[in-house]
Amino acid sequence: MGVTVELGRRYRFATSHRLHTGQLSEEENVRIFGKCANPYGHGHNYVLEVGISGDVDPSTGMIANLADLDSFVEREVLEPFDHRSLNEDVAVFRVVVPTTENLCIEIFRRLQSFPQAKLRRVRVQETSNNSFEYTGKSGEEQV
Amino acid sequence: MVLITRKIEFSASHLYHNPALSPEENRRIFGKCNNPHGHGHNYALEVTVAGEPDPVTGMVLDLKELKEILEREIMQRMDHRFLNYEVAELKGQIPTCENIARVIWQLLDPRIKQGRLYRVRLYESSDLFADCYRNGAAG
Repeated sequence: MGVTVELGRRYRFATSHRLHTGQLSEEENVRIFGKCANPYGHGHNYVLEVGISGDVDPSTGMIANLADLDSFVEREVLEPFDHRSLNEDVAVFRVVVPTTENLCIEIFRRLQSFPQAKLRRVRVQETSNNSFEYTGKSGEEQV
Repeated sequence: MVLITRKIEFSASHLYHNPALSPEENRRIFGKCNNPHGHGHNYALEVTVAGEPDPVTGMVLDLKELKEILEREIMQRMDHRFLNYEVAELKGQIPTCENIARVIWQLLDPRIKQGRLYRVRLYESSDLFADCYRNGAAG
């Protein structure tokens, strides 16, 4: 009987952002983004959940060594994002609006190359009431 | 299809050690999880069953029955036990979150008669968990 096993790991980072785009007028920005468009930005304690899958290695009992996953996520996401401004400090968010939807996509892109297992999903909780999940482009992420 | 989830918690100890590897390799791979006398966690287990509500009872399955299955199959077997030494199903395996979740799946799947086991999620801590799905049904 076949069972698929996935490993889920949570990380935390505190980061500021501002939802605003130069493609719209100031009035449009305020209408769409509300107080998230306030000029100096604001921040959240984000919780990132990373899901990976793969064969469980019989000699270690693991899909991937947690120390490897932790150091990869630290290098690719936590170090460049934590205690920074997404708009100012992360190049892609100079172009796209740093909504948590786009943040999920960017984190997925950064973690996709994790060598020891397959990245299945990225879930980002912006507050305890809002969370967003991305599983890759459709068709790319087949069960 | 409706998904119904029941959660239980149990406390157990374990250690990671593969006798086929040298002490240095064990240390390198498993770190402090290799400490010889083990350590423990408060595990949280979420069991999700999928099905259609019965037209008469409105239930996918009788939660009392699921509760009894979880008590018999999981709590009595694992709660306040040393997983390496006291859980026969884990003999010869490293009791990682992945392997424990898979053993739990194998114990529960044949016992659930109403609805179908959909997911087993085992938390070792609030920041680490393993999910099991039937092949081809990954969520």
